[in-house]
Amino acid sequence: MYKIAVMGDYDSIYGFAAIGLTTFPVSDAAEAAKTLHQIADSGYIVIYVTEELAAQIRKDIDQYRDKVLPSIILIPGVKGDTGDGVRMVKASVEQAVGSDILFGDNK
Amino acid sequence: MAATNVTPTRMELTRLKRKLATTRRGHKLLKDKRDELMRQFMDLVRENMALRKKVEAGLEAANKNFVLAKSTMSDEAVNVAFMTPKQEVSLEAGTKNIMSVDIPVFEYKTRTSDANDIYSYGLAFTSSDLDDAVKSLADLLPDMLKLAEVEKACQLMAAEIEKTRRRVNALEHVLIPETEANIKYISSKLDENERSTQIRLMKVKDMLLEEAHHYEEKAKSHG
Repeated sequence: MYKIAVMGDYDSIYGFAAIGLTTFPVSDAAEAAKTLHQIADSGYIVIYVTEELAAQIRKDIDQYRDKVLPSIILIPGVKGDTGDGVRMVKASVEQAVGSDILFGDNK
Repeated sequence: MAATNVTPTRMELTRLKRKLATTRRGHKLLKDKRDELMRQFMDLVRENMALRKKVEAGLEAANKNFVLAKSTMSDEAVNVAFMTPKQEVSLEAGTKNIMSVDIPVFEYKTRTSDANDIYSYGLAFTSSDLDDAVKSLADLLPDMLKLAEVEKACQLMAAEIEKTRRRVNALEHVLIPETEANIKYISSKLDENERSTQIRLMKVKDMLLEEAHHYEEKAKSHG
């Protein structure tokens, strides 16, 4: 039985607790990286991370990119969309095709 | 470039020819795999993008609702409201195999059977905006999970496509031309050897005949 985690600043994520996800409010990068590894090892297979926080712990997130689980997904925080989530999708296309041929024109 | 470390023997030639045939076959198979992976990836990544746009828009709306709700309530009231969540979502994870890539499949279950049972607070001390905010988030959950599934699949497939593409290129541009060049080198070397043997034999025959019949002396005495 696996669970879902949400990481980010408190204001962006406290609502997720109501719908049954486990929230991990963190503020600084070092703490975030530590928490990420900890929860990835303890049965959380879907981890939502706010884009803002993810930008600070990119290296740690990329470690899990090639693994089947967990699935780490960026979500916009309360301060708005930074576009990193969309950029991640584009990065996938770039990796597969060699250049972004699908979404290159709409941004 | 070729023929630096091949011995020009008939055995080596046979071996190389067999190797070339296998390489060509492997190349064709890998190329087919790459094309099919690419086709599936394209569909998947389009779905990924659409889902992401939808989820991001939904989250933005939900966040707005939360900010709105918070503005009419004290921080403590909000904290208390979310202190003991009623609902808990748990996941079952399986894997699905697309073209030898394992991708995750999630199935989620809520602790209480009623999916609408999400309000972890009494209605007396909270604003109705909070209800809306929580509801909007709850409605988004299936899409968010689908996104987690699809986006992970895209990442894994992208990695696999990259790997396959490299292999195809290595076969096409390195291994196959190299083997072909080696085969050419060996066969020309063998031909060369054959010609030189032929010439040597002709020469030896001439010499033997000369010794037996003394053509030259006869020619001289006649002349």
